[in-house]
Amino acid sequence: MTTQAADAASSTKIVARDVSVFYGAKKAIDAVSIDIDQDHVTAFIGPSGCGKSTFLRSFNRMNDTIPNARVEGSITLDGKDIYSSDMDVVQLRARVGMVFQKPNPFPKSIFENVAYGPRIHGLASGRAELEEVVEKSLRRAGLWEEVKDRLNESGTALSGGQQQRLCIARAIAVDPEVILMDEPASALDPIATARIEELIHELRGRYAIVIVTHNMQQAARVSQRTAFFHLGHLVEYGDTRAIFTNPKQERTKDYITGRYG
Amino acid sequence: MPAPAAHTVKAFDEDVRQLRAIIAEMGGLAEQGLAEALRALRHRDAEAAMRVVENDNRIDLLELEVENAVVQLIALRAPLADDLREAVAALKIASVVERIGDYAKNIAKRVPALERGGDIEPLSLLPEMGRIAGEMVHLVLDAFAARDPDKAVEVCQRDKAVDDFYNSIFRTLLTHMMENPHTITQAAHLLFVAKNIERIGDHATNVAEMVYYAATGERMSERPRGGDAGSPPR
Repeated sequence: MTTQAADAASSTKIVARDVSVFYGAKKAIDAVSIDIDQDHVTAFIGPSGCGKSTFLRSFNRMNDTIPNARVEGSITLDGKDIYSSDMDVVQLRARVGMVFQKPNPFPKSIFENVAYGPRIHGLASGRAELEEVVEKSLRRAGLWEEVKDRLNESGTALSGGQQQRLCIARAIAVDPEVILMDEPASALDPIATARIEELIHELRGRYAIVIVTHNMQQAARVSQRTAFFHLGHLVEYGDTRAIFTNPKQERTKDYITGRYG
Repeated sequence: MPAPAAHTVKAFDEDVRQLRAIIAEMGGLAEQGLAEALRALRHRDAEAAMRVVENDNRIDLLELEVENAVVQLIALRAPLADDLREAVAALKIASVVERIGDYAKNIAKRVPALERGGDIEPLSLLPEMGRIAGEMVHLVLDAFAARDPDKAVEVCQRDKAVDDFYNSIFRTLLTHMMENPHTITQAAHLLFVAKNIERIGDHATNVAEMVYYAATGERMSERPRGGDAGSPPR
C-alpha cells in the first residue's frame, strides 16, 4: 500500500498518518495513511459504509459534532496538526470548506448566503468590499450570470444544481485552501452534474479538492488521484488513469468493474 | 489465472460471453479457411478453393457483429479495468482475424492458377507451415477466451517456426526458379502463399500481445520473437 500516489510531484497539503475513526466501539476507519495533493483533485470511492465520508469529515473535524465519535492518529494541514488543542476549529473549517450531498442554502437571499461567511470571519470591510467578494465567489462557482439580477431572492428558490453551486460559492467566499465535497452531484440531474464537474475542473489548482463519490465515471472524469476504501481500510491509492484501466488490487478491480460480492 | 467473479449485473456477463462467442466463431472460421485453402492447394481442388472464398463473407459479417457488440457494451455497461481492456482488445482482434481470413481467401484464389504444373518440393512444406500458423490462431483465441497470458506468450514463441519455414521455402523456390524458368509462374504463386501464411503467424502474434495486455494490463515486453523473416524481400 502506498501512501503517496506514485507519480505525485506536486506539494502535499494534507498528511494523514494512521488515522482511525471510531463511533463508540465501532471502528469506521482503520489506520489510514494518505497524502492529499495541493494541485490535484482526489476522489474517494468505495461501497457504502466503507468509511470514505467519515474519513473526509475528519479533515475539518466535522466528526467532532457527532457524539461518541473519536479520531486517533494524526492529520496535518500544511504541517500543522489539526487536532491539536490550540487549533481554532471555526478557523479550520474556514480553511477547509465543505460541500454536502444535499444542497443546503440558508433560508436567506442569494447574496446573504455567500456574504455570511466573509462577514462573520471579518474578511470584508464595508458593503462595497462584501459585494466584491460575493460577485467573485459567484463567478468562480459559475453562478454569477444566472443570479446577478436577483441577488435578493431566496437561495432556496434556485434549482437543485444552482443551489449546489451556491453552496460552492459560499464555501469559496471565505477563501479556503481545501474544499471537501461529499457526493456533491448525486442529487442532481446529468446537466447540473456536468456543470458541477466542469466547476471542479476550473477550481482545481486554486484549491486542494477532495471529493467522495459513488459514481465511478464521475471519479474518473474529475479526479487525478483516486483512493479506494473498503471496510474502513484504504485498499489502493494512485493515479486515476491507472486505477480505472489497470488497478493493482483485486478488491479495487472487483469494485470498479461491478463484480462486488 | 482464476476466472473473474461474476458481475453483480448478470446481463453484463451475458454481453461479455456473447462477445467472446462471436470472436471464437470468427477465429474458428479463419482457422478452418486456412486449413481448407491449403488442402485445396495440395489436391488442386478448385471447387474446394471456391468454397473458402465464399465462406470468407461470413467472417466479414461477424467482424461487424463484434463492432456492434463492443459499441453497445461500452455505451450500456461502461466497462472499466480488465473489462474495458477486453472490449478494446475484442475490437482490434476482430479486425485482425478478418485479415487472417483474407489471407486464407487469397491462398484459395491461387489454386486455379496452380492446377497445371507438377509438384515442386516446397508444395510439400506448405501444409506443415500452414498447420503451425493455424494452431497459433487456434491457441491465441483460446488464450483470449480464457484471459490466459501464458498461452499468449506461447503463441509468440511459435512464430519463430513459421518464420523459419518461410525463409526456407523462399530460398528453395528461388533455387527452383533459377534452375528451371518453367517453374516461375507456379513458384511465384507459392511464394505468395508462403508469404500469406507467414503474415498469418505475425497477426496471431499481434493478437497474442493484445490478449496479454487485456489479461494483465501490462505490455508483453521483450516479445520472444522468432528470427527476422525480413531477410528475403517482403
